[in-house]
Amino acid sequence: MQLSYHNAKRTLVAAVDGEIDHHSAAALRQAIDNEFLKTKAQNIIFDFSKLRFMDSSGIGLIMGRYKLLAPVGGKVLLAGVSPQLDRLISISGIYKIVGWAKDVSEALAKL
Amino acid sequence: MNMENHMKLTFDAKSANEGFARVAVAAFAAQLDPTLEEISDIKTALSEAVTNAIIHGYEDMDGGEVEIECYIDGATVEIAVRDHGRGIADVKQAMEPLYTSHPEMERSGMGFTVMETFMDSIGVNTRVGEGTEVKMTKTIRQK
Repeated sequence: MQLSYHNAKRTLVAAVDGEIDHHSAAALRQAIDNEFLKTKAQNIIFDFSKLRFMDSSGIGLIMGRYKLLAPVGGKVLLAGVSPQLDRLISISGIYKIVGWAKDVSEALAKL
Repeated sequence: MNMENHMKLTFDAKSANEGFARVAVAAFAAQLDPTLEEISDIKTALSEAVTNAIIHGYEDMDGGEVEIECYIDGATVEIAVRDHGRGIADVKQAMEPLYTSHPEMERSGMGFTVMETFMDSIGVNTRVGEGTEVKMTKTIRQK
């Protein structure tokens, strides 16, 4: 996973490659939350364009970051979602609480 | 196409084996010539079942093994995921969307919903103190 911080939008971009499952989710969560503390980011964009696999552990990861950011008015956006990943995210219902964009630059523009 | 095939896998109930289990089952199912979407559906559903076995089946237990048994019958793959762990006291509750016994682990409670959505059928046999078996089937569409 590549983490970068966009100062102007106070936004953390988490480009997750590889796989998100129960095994990998805890380390990803810790890395993201450490970066939140360091940067004081208010929003997060998950860039899934290089993601190879995700199960419902990823839904938990996204929901968990939403719960952290929502009380301070922060936003969660998903970018680079493949059609297959879109099915998983759609059945989870989290599109009701997180935004969606084609890619990271479109996501940044929405913030 | 008509074929019969069977495989059985046993591995330690460790999260490091989740990726291995997905790849093994996907490779077995590949002989039915599924689409990328169908393979992804199978991997996702399997991942949910194996994760449940590891974090719920063997919760607070020392070790344990997960068994996967797959059958191919015609164009249908049947996948059984078994643990010999704690069993599920209330299956109806466990299968409810968004229900999780582990909110602190950021479990979404979507595991069974994902299995139901991505597979054609799912059945759960469980006995408290003996373990749980989840059986799922998916028929690969003929091209």
